[in-house]
Amino acid sequence: MTGLPRWLDIGVLPLVNLALALLAAAVVVVLVGEDPLHVFAVLLQGAFAPGALGYTLYYATNFIFTGLAAALAFQARLFNIGAEGQAMLGGLGIAFVCLSFETVLPGPLVAVVAIAAAALFGAAWAVVPGWLQAYRGSHIVITTIMFNFLASGLMVWLLSGPIMRPGQGSPQTRLFGEGVWLPAMHDLARGLGFEAARSPLNLSFLFALLACAAVWALIWRTKFGYALRAIGHSEEAARYAGIPVRRAVVVAMALSGAFAGCMALNEILGVQHKLVLNFSAGYGFTGIAVALMGRNHPAGILAASLLFGALFQGGAELNFEFETITHELALVIQGLVILFSGALAYMFTPWLARLLLSRSAARA
Amino acid sequence: MARNGGSRQPDRAAVRLRGVAKRFGAVLANDGVDLDIGRGSVHGIIGENGAGKSTLASIIYGLYAPDGGAVEIDGKAAALRSPADAIARGVGMVHQHFMLVPTFTVLENIMLGMEGGFLLGQGEADIRARLESLSRQHGLEVDPDALVDDLPVGLRQRVEILKALFRGARILILDEPTGVLTPDETDRLFTILRGIRDAGGTVVLITHKLREVMAVCGTVSVMRRGRMVGHRETAETNTAELAELMVGRKVGQAARPSGSAAGTPVLRAAGLTWRSPGGALRLGEVDLELRAGEILAVAGVSGNGQSELLDLLSGLSGVQEGRIEFAGRRIDAAHPATPAEMRALGLAHVPEDRQRRGLVLPFEARENAVLGRPQNAGPGPWTSGAAMLAHTEPLIARFDIRPPEPMLPAAGFSGGNQQKIVLAREFDSAPAVLLLGQPTRGVDIGTIETIHAQVMALKERGCAILLVSTELDEILALADRIMVINGGRVAGTVPAEGATRRQLGLMMTGAAGEAGA
Repeated sequence: MTGLPRWLDIGVLPLVNLALALLAAAVVVVLVGEDPLHVFAVLLQGAFAPGALGYTLYYATNFIFTGLAAALAFQARLFNIGAEGQAMLGGLGIAFVCLSFETVLPGPLVAVVAIAAAALFGAAWAVVPGWLQAYRGSHIVITTIMFNFLASGLMVWLLSGPIMRPGQGSPQTRLFGEGVWLPAMHDLARGLGFEAARSPLNLSFLFALLACAAVWALIWRTKFGYALRAIGHSEEAARYAGIPVRRAVVVAMALSGAFAGCMALNEILGVQHKLVLNFSAGYGFTGIAVALMGRNHPAGILAASLLFGALFQGGAELNFEFETITHELALVIQGLVILFSGALAYMFTPWLARLLLSRSAARA
Repeated sequence: MARNGGSRQPDRAAVRLRGVAKRFGAVLANDGVDLDIGRGSVHGIIGENGAGKSTLASIIYGLYAPDGGAVEIDGKAAALRSPADAIARGVGMVHQHFMLVPTFTVLENIMLGMEGGFLLGQGEADIRARLESLSRQHGLEVDPDALVDDLPVGLRQRVEILKALFRGARILILDEPTGVLTPDETDRLFTILRGIRDAGGTVVLITHKLREVMAVCGTVSVMRRGRMVGHRETAETNTAELAELMVGRKVGQAARPSGSAAGTPVLRAAGLTWRSPGGALRLGEVDLELRAGEILAVAGVSGNGQSELLDLLSGLSGVQEGRIEFAGRRIDAAHPATPAEMRALGLAHVPEDRQRRGLVLPFEARENAVLGRPQNAGPGPWTSGAAMLAHTEPLIARFDIRPPEPMLPAAGFSGGNQQKIVLAREFDSAPAVLLLGQPTRGVDIGTIETIHAQVMALKERGCAILLVSTELDEILALADRIMVINGGRVAGTVPAEGATRRQLGLMMTGAAGEAGA
């Protein structure tokens, strides 16, 4: 898409963008009156120290799911801005299943059904904009954004009324029974004889890794993935090839929504163990930046998710370490990375191409 | 063997180039080009696609700055930084794709950019008067108040020429001006160009059609791979020599097919009528019959329903009225067939637009080689790189696709080799019917030979072929029967044996009332 060789597009460009983002962040830090190197050291330590790594990976899990959701749709050149709302619906699916069945069915079975419900609810929420795009020409960007608002309103209504925990005033459901919780990683580690620090990291991280592999296989090893990529590059050619473009668009959105919905596995089934308002907390939107930075490739998304997880976790540490750096400044640094690797992802493409390719041409 | 150029020194050169070079990335589009174009001449620049003709024209018109060399216009060194510089020195250009505002009138288009003052009134009256005298002088009659959108292509081109002359062009460059014209319109254009020459103007005609060079140009320069390989007086050369200069080797004339025995009908269409979503009639009551081992060519000026016909027959557009019978199936408005179903019935389709439709340009050659035929991509729902490779390698060998790299993205191949990928894929399916849209558009002469040979071979194997082409030469070289289409309606179907360009040209413009069935 950028006209660059693959190794440049996937390997070098994201690193250049990241470096520039950090450079800009360093300027901000200097303006605040701190030493940027020290700040970055604290940030790195805050993200990767033994006790913190679990938190970093826990955040990364959210980004992997929403990043995959954005990337999958983007393979067919569909901008799914609705991962946020689809994630909320995924949480709702989990809550419905858990609250309805946890007393009548065994816990693990309920958990399995809840996982399916998360994917299904997310998919259903994405299928409607997908169908409108494919069969009625409504622009997917507009409809998915609107569906975020609808999801948000739906959650407020449900959590402040019908499914609110009885007898109290906060917008959340009652706690699910322990039988349906996804096991935490530190518990699993202990079971295997390791001692690991407590963290919110849970089994859904492994699900996220499996999802990466599944998306890779789907896109590059199946005929459906071939069709999606053909549509993404040239809808004309896809139609000529006999690919049912409309149906493929709807299916792509369904899969995208399913992955977004699975973000709730981590937050709801893995950590909160109840449905709370606004648990999606912007992960759906950041997932778009993750996908852009990861060049819509699962391996890239995994790397970008780890980076964003580290920024989230390490950024929180900055608060404690520096008086002058508040939580907001940590957000500024995260924002700069999103800006440079997301919105400005292609800004340096021409310069990079000229710099590196003219050299290699001269050598050849 | 080429008497290499630059030695001839006309006394009065309108354009003189010395050692002009232009590089795009790794491609040297112009490599030390020397050129003299005499004032008051019609000078042809010919060469295959990618030979560097258009780059050269763009340099003379100031669109590109040369990397090296000197440009002189009317004997004065000219450092052209933009088309505005070129226009100021009397250079005008008519582009291959017209640069007109379709919703403006002819007058408004000509005024564009030179309205003269804040209010239009006075400027408009002046321009109208000047335009009328200019039209009369050059025989370029156009109604100044007609909407450009309503004008046929030939007249739009006149507007472009008027626009250039109006801006004081004494050197007029035309880039492939006849691609969209009927033979008759082409003749009229040439009359106009001769008129400009006789009035002291200079015309530079860029083309790949040798016939036209011989018809209208006094002198001609031949380019090959960015270099000037020869300059000739047209009176002292012939098409065979020019073709050899262009290609760099002898080019065989495609032998006319000996009247082959046409087999049984395999595809019938009756009463095909198709309207655009806006309600405009694009195809009216088209009947046709494709027979095994026969090539039926559709001749017509581009935009007269050929594309719609291909879309209907390939299943890309739904049949609205009429019906298609193919392989025991009847396809009509109530019983549509998708492109995938048509393929399964034994249809192959080489689309007119290979870059947007026939290929997914970022896909590797091997991925493109299975486009539309997923069964070749791997077992069941899976794709397999090895399976695609195994499918592609024989195609590359058989069609001599260069470079022979199945993993190279389609965008990395030249136009001719891209077309070979499409042809190889479609021919390989051993189709009962082949829809062949513009098989050699933008393809160099050497490759055209190969493609024509492959088409004939497929026909010999009993395939029924529908050829859509805007090149009459191609149609006359390949077809058994010729169906002429005009305004979406069949103007007549004639045997290719004995058909003449003139007869077909008249039918294409609807001038011929009577036509053989």
